[in-house]
Amino acid sequence: MSALVQSIRSFGMQKLEAFQLKNLFMPLIGIVVFLFVWQVGADRIDTSLGKFPGPVAVYEQWQGLVADHQRERSKESSFYERQEKRNADRVAKDPNYVPKIREYTGKPTFFDQIFTSLYTVLAGFGLATLIAIPLGIVIGLNSMVYSALNPVIQIFKPVSPLAWLPLVTMVVSATYVSNDPMFSKSFLTSMFTVTMCCMWPTLINTAVGVAAIEKDLLNVSKVLRLSWLTHVVKIVIPSAMPMMFTGLRLSLGIAWMVLIAAEMLAQNPGLGKFVWDEFQNGSSSSLGRIMVAVLMIGFIGFLLDRAMLFAQRYFSWDKTQVLR
Amino acid sequence: MTHLDISQVSIEFPTPKGSFKALDGVNLKIEKGEFVSLIGHSGCGKSTVLNIVAGLYDATEGGVLLDGKEVRGPGPERAVVFQNHSLLPWLTSYENVELAVKQVFKGKKSKKEMHDWIMHNLELVHMTHAADKRPSEISGGMKQRVGIARALAMEPSVLLMDEPFGALDALTRAHLQDSLMEIQKDLNNTVIMITHDVDEAVLLSDRIVMMTNGPAATVGEILKVDLERPRDRLALADDPKYVDYRAQVLTFLYEKQRKVEPINKASHTTKDDKLASNG
Repeated sequence: MSALVQSIRSFGMQKLEAFQLKNLFMPLIGIVVFLFVWQVGADRIDTSLGKFPGPVAVYEQWQGLVADHQRERSKESSFYERQEKRNADRVAKDPNYVPKIREYTGKPTFFDQIFTSLYTVLAGFGLATLIAIPLGIVIGLNSMVYSALNPVIQIFKPVSPLAWLPLVTMVVSATYVSNDPMFSKSFLTSMFTVTMCCMWPTLINTAVGVAAIEKDLLNVSKVLRLSWLTHVVKIVIPSAMPMMFTGLRLSLGIAWMVLIAAEMLAQNPGLGKFVWDEFQNGSSSSLGRIMVAVLMIGFIGFLLDRAMLFAQRYFSWDKTQVLR
Repeated sequence: MTHLDISQVSIEFPTPKGSFKALDGVNLKIEKGEFVSLIGHSGCGKSTVLNIVAGLYDATEGGVLLDGKEVRGPGPERAVVFQNHSLLPWLTSYENVELAVKQVFKGKKSKKEMHDWIMHNLELVHMTHAADKRPSEISGGMKQRVGIARALAMEPSVLLMDEPFGALDALTRAHLQDSLMEIQKDLNNTVIMITHDVDEAVLLSDRIVMMTNGPAATVGEILKVDLERPRDRLALADDPKYVDYRAQVLTFLYEKQRKVEPINKASHTTKDDKLASNG
């Protein structure tokens, strides 16, 4: 009896070990091999800015960027402290004095730039979603509208962000004129470029999902004489939901890729500008810093995709569906 | 006055090779509270007849009168129980029935009355225990029960059932047939049911409408089933009248309308089958 229990236990252990081997150990090996190849390869590439940065050099640059950030933050807080003290002193001397508050104008750190990139991409992606989903539903429901819009979609879909950017820049400059702008022009240019480039997968997938609704469900809707709105809300949208999310995930991936290029050219103070500035800077640490940015871009892109996956799981009615 | 009058109905479908006449001059009068089965070989256009009554297809010639009014387009007074349940997979059993009830009784029933009515209909098909389950969480037979509850909840003048038990195993099918007879005893609905199953037709129906083979299918014979209700499948198995009715339907299907499927004209057959499964 105890031998049986023992064998069951050891079998359980084996299963656990197999799981660990596949899901923990193998990815670790992959990363180690990659770092090794990177280091060896990097040592052999000489550029005008010194050797190509290996993992160690990149890690040093990362630490440098973190230190810069901390330094900048402490400078900022001491600036505000000094300002507050100065204002308090002046008010003490002269009660009629209205204190002036000045913004700190230090340069944005690497982490500030990540934050800028994130909200720019989310704004662009959000706008694209607001356009693409309703339009996709209309196209999917009506084959006439689909036939009318299809050539336009097919032509604009493959256009590179770099081609849109000059046009978007000029249009934003011409139309967004304000003395007290709520958004900077570089932000709007980057955002609209992202929108123009990333809305297509959501649009097309939504349309396909809507057009592929089961005929039986459409018959149910007809027999019930559902109104157009109820039909869309109760039957069309839930039915097309999986395809919509496939589109949204593709769109968010494209949005993030497009954003970096757009920021480089539009000079939006995000990761794209960071890469561009380091490239123009051309110091011995530039390549290492760019590599940090590359890894960070990849990592954030991965997180965005995971976040979208969680959203899909949360909103999907079919919890048994396998998502990857 | 006849409750439902299917009069001189013909329908043609356009195909790349010209139009295909699926039905030719179908006539059928159905009284209130009558249970009528349509039986015939696959491809004979049974489903097409049902879809025309439902309003999902428009007849090329002739038409359908319900209480003296011509049928135009689909509507809840001609509720359909579809072959593969057609429940919305993202709604629970309760919500599936609720969608129909809200649509039909908007402004006529209060919230409380609607809730009671939904539960009453789920009760009829013995599905209250799974009211909060989604279709993916319940068995095929249970899904079909909910489908029936949804149709009954619309309080239809005619209940249309398109091979409602066709996709179920024999035991589940028998259970559901018993349930349907029980419900029918209380509600006395007018029902048109399509079936492939001779026993099912004899057991459930007041009249069996046997259809000729397509193309240009029409009503072949009509058999009146004069068996005392409630009917019990076990007792009937040896009943000479039941056996005779059964034999009559079988004779029609396998002697008079024997389906000859030539092997070398397989492509032609598939076309018929396709049309049949569409309607």
